[in-house]
Amino acid sequence: MSSLAIEVQGLVKRFGDRTAVDHVSMRVESGEIAGFLGPNGSGKTTTMRVICGLLTPDEGRGTVLGLDIRRDSERLKREIGYMTQRFSLYEDLTVEENLRFVAGLYGIHSITARVQEQLEALGLTERRNQLAGTLSGGWKQRLALSACVMHRPKVLLLDEPTAGVDPKARRAFWREIHRLSLEGMTVLVSTHYMDEAERCHRINYISLGKLIVSGTVEEVIARAALTTYLVKGGRIEEAENLLRAHPDVDQVAPFGATLHVVGRDAQKLNTAVMAVASATGSRAERSETSLEDAFIRFIGGTGDTQA
Amino acid sequence: MSFSLSRLRSILRKEAIQMRRDRVTFAMMLGIPLMLLILFGFAINTDPKRLSAALVSPAQDRYTRAIVTALELTGYYRFTYPNATASEAERLIARGEVYFVVTIPSDFGSRVERGDTPRILIEADATDPAVASGAISTLRTVAAQALLHERDAENQAAEAARGSLQVIVHRRYNPEGITQYNIVPGLLGVILQMTMVMMTSIALTREIERGTMENLLAMPTTPLEIMLGKILPFFGVGAVQVLVILFAAKVLFGVPFIGSFGLLLAGILIFVLAMVLIGYTISTFSRTQMQAMQLAFFFFLPSILLSGFMFPFGGMPRWAQLLGEVLPLTHFLRLVRAIMLKGAQAPDVARPILALVVIVLAYAVVALLRFRRTLD
Repeated sequence: MSSLAIEVQGLVKRFGDRTAVDHVSMRVESGEIAGFLGPNGSGKTTTMRVICGLLTPDEGRGTVLGLDIRRDSERLKREIGYMTQRFSLYEDLTVEENLRFVAGLYGIHSITARVQEQLEALGLTERRNQLAGTLSGGWKQRLALSACVMHRPKVLLLDEPTAGVDPKARRAFWREIHRLSLEGMTVLVSTHYMDEAERCHRINYISLGKLIVSGTVEEVIARAALTTYLVKGGRIEEAENLLRAHPDVDQVAPFGATLHVVGRDAQKLNTAVMAVASATGSRAERSETSLEDAFIRFIGGTGDTQA
Repeated sequence: MSFSLSRLRSILRKEAIQMRRDRVTFAMMLGIPLMLLILFGFAINTDPKRLSAALVSPAQDRYTRAIVTALELTGYYRFTYPNATASEAERLIARGEVYFVVTIPSDFGSRVERGDTPRILIEADATDPAVASGAISTLRTVAAQALLHERDAENQAAEAARGSLQVIVHRRYNPEGITQYNIVPGLLGVILQMTMVMMTSIALTREIERGTMENLLAMPTTPLEIMLGKILPFFGVGAVQVLVILFAAKVLFGVPFIGSFGLLLAGILIFVLAMVLIGYTISTFSRTQMQAMQLAFFFFLPSILLSGFMFPFGGMPRWAQLLGEVLPLTHFLRLVRAIMLKGAQAPDVARPILALVVIVLAYAVVALLRFRRTLD
């Protein structure tokens, strides 16, 4: 038994003449929280659907927990918990009815006890008789998570679980994910948020259906090999314009009154930033490259401007 | 993965809850049959009677009165303008205020008495052929009888008729030609078709449209379980509708039921199965509930027009009859009318039953093949 929970190789999925997933290979180790990042329409959802057997890949192969994603998809359904991007429980059923329905489909024996347990674990007990459609985004997401871990899956696939959820609920959600991970569950979670990506053990970045980079946050940032300066004070607007026009500067992003300046060649960037800073009376200092800077650099490399 | 009763039960329970909460759909399931029953049952009459008529008769003698009385006794004519002039009558029929103008010339009486050939002119507004046909068909005999009676010459006539050809017509199964006897059993098929096909197709498409299908497919269920879970609740609904319609047929419309109830139920069961499977098939072709509705109506129109529900099947051209033979409703109508009105036994209705079974099997295969086990 390998310690890999998910291993896919050369996955290809086409819809008509559009290639949604283009030779994606990815490994997720048992018990780790793997982040899955990429712009909208980059193939994250499709990849997840292929992994959990909802779509059949056109090419490539993959195993989840040692089970083949093509041949053993029926057995895999019992081992995987999949939380869809869109709320996909029944809005006209109450919280409890939804959970009972899901428990029934998984053939859980003591349904009442397990549902009760789930309600308590996620703080849904008070809302058990509320129609799912009337829940707020955060509660819906909690219910959805609750439903897809009810059968105690070993692998959990979460497709943008925190889209449209407020920061407090997001934080609580991530606490829950970490708790599940500590219990031994392997989690693959797709997200747009950089702070969420940083909570993952490893991240995989996909763009235009191709896996661009994967590794720990530090590795990904290091792989980008970028140098970053912060420029502030002085005639900042003028500095921004000069830097944007400069051939040795790759990214200029204003954060409040501070400019975030990123370049590939440390030497040349240094020269450029210092020259502009002295010309506009600004101060410049070295800073750490962020994950976002790294991703923008990777997207630039693939010609994807959708991000 | 094998079939599991407990999973089916879970799906059924869920469907039952959803059905109960969806008030509009629930109302539709009971509202549609009631509305159709009332509209078709009470409003439609293919053999219209007491149609307005104008009489143009300058003489107004006893012969005229005899003819008028005889015509009124057929039940088809109602003389709303018993003393019109020719020009008035012309205007009335042109405006559509009367369907018939009966003209009895002034020399009618004297011709009868002289033994010449008397003439009556009846003008009918035949823009709608159905309106005129029944009334006209009774004319020749009615008028002749009336005159003979008036001349007290019935015996002579009977004498003369002896040895000549005699045609005997029996209007069997529905001697009074009551439209409801034909329409109400037919409604059983039409109503079941409408609700079953529409509800089933919508129920499944709703899962796709609301995105819940993705979740359902990601969980361990088999196509058969989902299909049965979706279909069985509508059998219950169908059963209620059948009871409502049969009750109305008996109590409201007094439609005779001389055949076997068990045989009818068996026929209904096969028909409902066909309807539900068609609804299911439609749902596998639709992405939204709207599309499912449109497809369902696309199926309803030929079903109602070509099945023999509204218009006589035998009166359609060959190609239309062939199309009609493909529709389950056609066979069901033959079945239900034969059982209820003619008291047909199983061997008599073997053909429509066989046709329905073939349709069921065909759609069962299509439905299972079309089921989306995956999302592609």
